[in-house]
Amino acid sequence: MSTPKNRPETKPAGTTRRGAMKTLAAGLGAASLPMWARYTNAQTAEPIKIGFQVHRTGIGAAYGRWYGRTTEAAARLINEGGGINGRMVEIVAEDDGTDPKRGAEVVEKFASQHGCDLAFGTLFSHVVIGSAPRAGELKMPYFVVSEGHHVASGMLNRYTLQPGITDVKSQVQAMAPFVAQNLGKKVTMVFPDFAFGHDHRDFFTQAIEAQGGEVLAHIAIPPSETSFTKYFPKIPRETEVLYHVMVGPAVLTFVKELGEFFGPSRPEMFGFIDSLEAVAIDSPGLEYLEGTYFWEGNPRHAQADQSEHDKFFRAAVGVNDQGASISDPSDVSTYAHMFGCWETLHVIKAGMEASGYSGTQDRAALIEAVEAMTDMPESRAHPQGAKLFNGKTHQVFGHQYISKVTGGKLLCVHKTSIEDTLYPDETDYTTQPF
Amino acid sequence: MSGGARVIALHGGLIALLFVLQFVLPAYHHGNLARIMVLASYAVGYNILFGYTGLLSLGHALFFAAGMYGMGLGIQHLGLTPAPALVLGLVAGAVVSGGLALLALRTTGVAFMIVTLMFAQAGYLTILYFGEYTRGDEGFVIQQAQRVLWGIDLSDPGNRYFAALILFGSCLMLSLWLVRAPFGKVLVAIRENEERVRMLGYDIFAHKLLAMIISGTIAAAAGASYGLLFGYAGASFASVQYSIFPLLWVLLGGAGTVLGPFIGTLFMFYLIDLSSGVTTAYMLIAGVALVLLTLFAPQGLMGELRRRVWRGLP
Repeated sequence: MSTPKNRPETKPAGTTRRGAMKTLAAGLGAASLPMWARYTNAQTAEPIKIGFQVHRTGIGAAYGRWYGRTTEAAARLINEGGGINGRMVEIVAEDDGTDPKRGAEVVEKFASQHGCDLAFGTLFSHVVIGSAPRAGELKMPYFVVSEGHHVASGMLNRYTLQPGITDVKSQVQAMAPFVAQNLGKKVTMVFPDFAFGHDHRDFFTQAIEAQGGEVLAHIAIPPSETSFTKYFPKIPRETEVLYHVMVGPAVLTFVKELGEFFGPSRPEMFGFIDSLEAVAIDSPGLEYLEGTYFWEGNPRHAQADQSEHDKFFRAAVGVNDQGASISDPSDVSTYAHMFGCWETLHVIKAGMEASGYSGTQDRAALIEAVEAMTDMPESRAHPQGAKLFNGKTHQVFGHQYISKVTGGKLLCVHKTSIEDTLYPDETDYTTQPF
Repeated sequence: MSGGARVIALHGGLIALLFVLQFVLPAYHHGNLARIMVLASYAVGYNILFGYTGLLSLGHALFFAAGMYGMGLGIQHLGLTPAPALVLGLVAGAVVSGGLALLALRTTGVAFMIVTLMFAQAGYLTILYFGEYTRGDEGFVIQQAQRVLWGIDLSDPGNRYFAALILFGSCLMLSLWLVRAPFGKVLVAIRENEERVRMLGYDIFAHKLLAMIISGTIAAAAGASYGLLFGYAGASFASVQYSIFPLLWVLLGGAGTVLGPFIGTLFMFYLIDLSSGVTTAYMLIAGVALVLLTLFAPQGLMGELRRRVWRGLP
């Protein structure tokens, strides 16, 4: 039997001067080939370069890690299926440090140095808003996965689109009917005192009033706060629902202190899972959340009626039924948001195919092709659910999920319709010239 | 060549070089250099207070942000055109730095650092608190149409580069003139021995106050220009990180040298840009570089040049 072990060892031939010269000559010859010669057919063999602006460091790092894994999985799937217009997709990732200044620099790097076809993937709103002007000036399509209302509000430009994730205004608005009908109409809101919290304050207050409810008190928590006990006495006694959107590491303290304050006689509680993305819902200290409700962009725990598309998506990204990494169950994903990267890449693929995209000269055609999209049925490309894209506002609309913490699991109790999430257009980007 | 002529030749030469570079640099580095010049102007402002007067402020982001928001809010809410908005940014910087100076200059040393740091943090939280106007941490876009100064579109790469060059050139020359003027020499003397200067009859407080206002206003000019040239104003520019950056740039380049801030900013920018392509721990690389420089060139790059080659370098 011949195994590698008992094969006679072959000695590498000694390097001779002639051999070295030959190798050197061959190397020089290869290097001197003109760039075009590396591709037999440039149009089909050159990859489509997608600049991935990723929060690898800074406050968004946990999101960035999972946005990265989802993006790699989606790109792998697209490439296995033959790429886009016969060309492979290459993801060029650059860390933006979750900082708007670095974000803008990264966009410039994609456009001018890496020669990317487009930029994609940004989550945090301040990075999007800081980078979008540069993307517009560089005339580079910029597909964000941010859930900020900045795109649909008309603040940005024609080159910035959000076709893979819904925005905070539609999410918050769609929660109001469920809250009013099932939990109560007298709401107290606790939110961080910065733009994300203010969006919740403004949009939800408006939406609950439309449902005949009211917000009894707005309790804004300064971002540097580490203890919340002093804020709880401000919660009016007649509060039926406590709406909370705390984000950052303080959330564990928040929940613990809330439990100490209310004890067993708490009001109904409704929160946004943003606070607990990448955190196991059964973590010690979070027991008080049992029986409370959460918005989820996409149900983290696989549900009994899980769609085949969700199953496929989980397997492709490497996420188990609890929403954690298959290889490390303590590594919980940002499941409510990361599908946005997957879906956005598929929208880019569809847009490039519809416009016959062949290079940067077709960027405007790509944007027009995406603007022309409307219905996006639930599929492998859209595992979170069906979507409706508004080409004028560059924003997608979709179903939202409400889950109840039951026995340490997030059980989906309500799925909103897409209609619940719609609101009148606030801008029309299609009127802007390219 | 006399010392004065050499100084003019060196600093004028840098500006001339930067002027020429815009025609030869590839697009990416062209854009980077425009950004570096604006940030270097910020560092030039910082250097006047730290490098020449010897006051270590940890609150300069407040002045940078005062300029950025003075300009940005003027455009956004008062409907100003860029020129008066820029002036508003400068005035905001002068007023804020003057106000802070009146309070902070009652302290020295570590207390001065802490007071400036605390006020800058208060400024940052104020921006978040008035989110209705400032859009808080998210910030806001200054649209392309709002960035046309006297018919010149500042979002155009060439115009942006030129505007950044004018800003940087002005700040550099102002700094050079200042440190060679009697006023600047008094500042250096204060840095070296405050009590002796007081004994000679100079008004220390007035000199420090003016130094801080000049420093803060230059920082504000950089902040206002940054917002106008890159189309964004946001609270992250008021965070403590942006108070530390000019300190690092100045330390790297050489505190108390006119060219140091530019060299430091350039060095740090490309250090981060290149190392971030290799590792996510790029701030570690920046930290190690800083430690090495502190060990082997404690005066910074230009300071080392002054020590070894040209003792008269301003």
